[in-house]
Amino acid sequence: METLERIIAEHPFFQGLESYYTGLLVGCGANVRFQPGSYIFKEGEEANEFYLIRSGRVALEIFAPQGKPIVIETLEEGDILGWSWLLPPYLWKFHAHAVQDTRAIALDGKCLRTKCEQNHDLGYEVLKRFAQIMERRLEATRMQLLDVYAVR
Amino acid sequence: MATAVLDDPMLTHPHLVRNVIKETPDTFTLKLEPEDGRHGTSFRPGQFSMVWVFGVGGLPISISGDPAERHQLVYTVRSVGQATNALVTQSVGSALGVRGPFGNGWPLEAARGRDVIVVAGGIGLAPLRPVIYEVLKHREDYGRLVVLYGARSPRDLLYRKELAAWARHHETQVLITVDYGGMSWRGHVGVVTTLFKYARLKPSNSVAMVCGPEIMMRFVTRELEAHGLSRNEIYLSMERNMKCAIGFCGHCQYGPYFICKDGPVFRYEQMKPLLEKYEL
Repeated sequence: METLERIIAEHPFFQGLESYYTGLLVGCGANVRFQPGSYIFKEGEEANEFYLIRSGRVALEIFAPQGKPIVIETLEEGDILGWSWLLPPYLWKFHAHAVQDTRAIALDGKCLRTKCEQNHDLGYEVLKRFAQIMERRLEATRMQLLDVYAVR
Repeated sequence: MATAVLDDPMLTHPHLVRNVIKETPDTFTLKLEPEDGRHGTSFRPGQFSMVWVFGVGGLPISISGDPAERHQLVYTVRSVGQATNALVTQSVGSALGVRGPFGNGWPLEAARGRDVIVVAGGIGLAPLRPVIYEVLKHREDYGRLVVLYGARSPRDLLYRKELAAWARHHETQVLITVDYGGMSWRGHVGVVTTLFKYARLKPSNSVAMVCGPEIMMRFVTRELEAHGLSRNEIYLSMERNMKCAIGFCGHCQYGPYFICKDGPVFRYEQMKPLLEKYEL
């Protein structure tokens, strides 16, 4: 049987994390499942958690006034959903919309923030991983802005 | 004597447009057959022709059809200016001139027994489609086929039905992404490089073939290298202003190379120093 600890340890985001820290994370985690079409969170809501996606697909949407939402990115198995829990004001900046049946581990952001404050080594490991994700997504966003498929 | 005339690379052969398929709002696929109905044209995946619109001019266009179908030449063209617009607005039965095929083509021989990674952006899928046909037709000669394809939006995707059909083949992974998806799009959203993390790659035994705008290819090569492919196993199809197509006129000179004669397919090892030069 797959334990929560093993699922967290094997998720690409936490790969290489010492088992002691994984043990600390388990207390903040829970299995969750989202039906296709359901919203995981919406812009402006309190960001109290983040998700390790195990399967399915989640679309990040920007709400466009007087228009339909625009999908700016999709996240799938092995990806991380959400970092607004990490930084004030702890509010979501986008909508997250499950476009497929999606299974994930939800990690309680408040719980994790407390543990990171108490154990700075854990905090550094978590921040290092989020910094990598942010760097990759910043680069991808820059490429989107470049409109790389355009005729020049 | 007749053979010598047919082999003259500067001689344009009249062809008739047999079919025009609208792929996207600005991109069309034209199927051409020789006017005399006699000689077919064999080509290697990755080669191009000089296609002449009478009264307008000639254009270098990659062949996007199946190499096994020698009776016809297939071109997928995006309308971006006067000449390409004249080409895509041809009606069935109209005549065009064709010279070629020219260029070296993709390294399918070197890819035998290995995984083939095809990375395409926008209309860059057109010169790579013959590779996919060839690999799927001779499936036992190659390892896994991984196709990573990115376009601006769902309506800019080429060959949508074929992409779905290719994905159903054994040992074949087809991943598609768009920069911006509408609410009806259920697929991946993000630039083409974001697909790499979902691709099942075996870098130690793979050959990568990349085609798209140069800026896209720069990012893709960076990703391929990060995944462990060497620069000699990454091939790029380059594009410049080809005119004569046989290395005489110099229009397509790129550093020490003539794209038409030495390419259009080059190893990334050859192209890297040139791609890093400003305004070349």
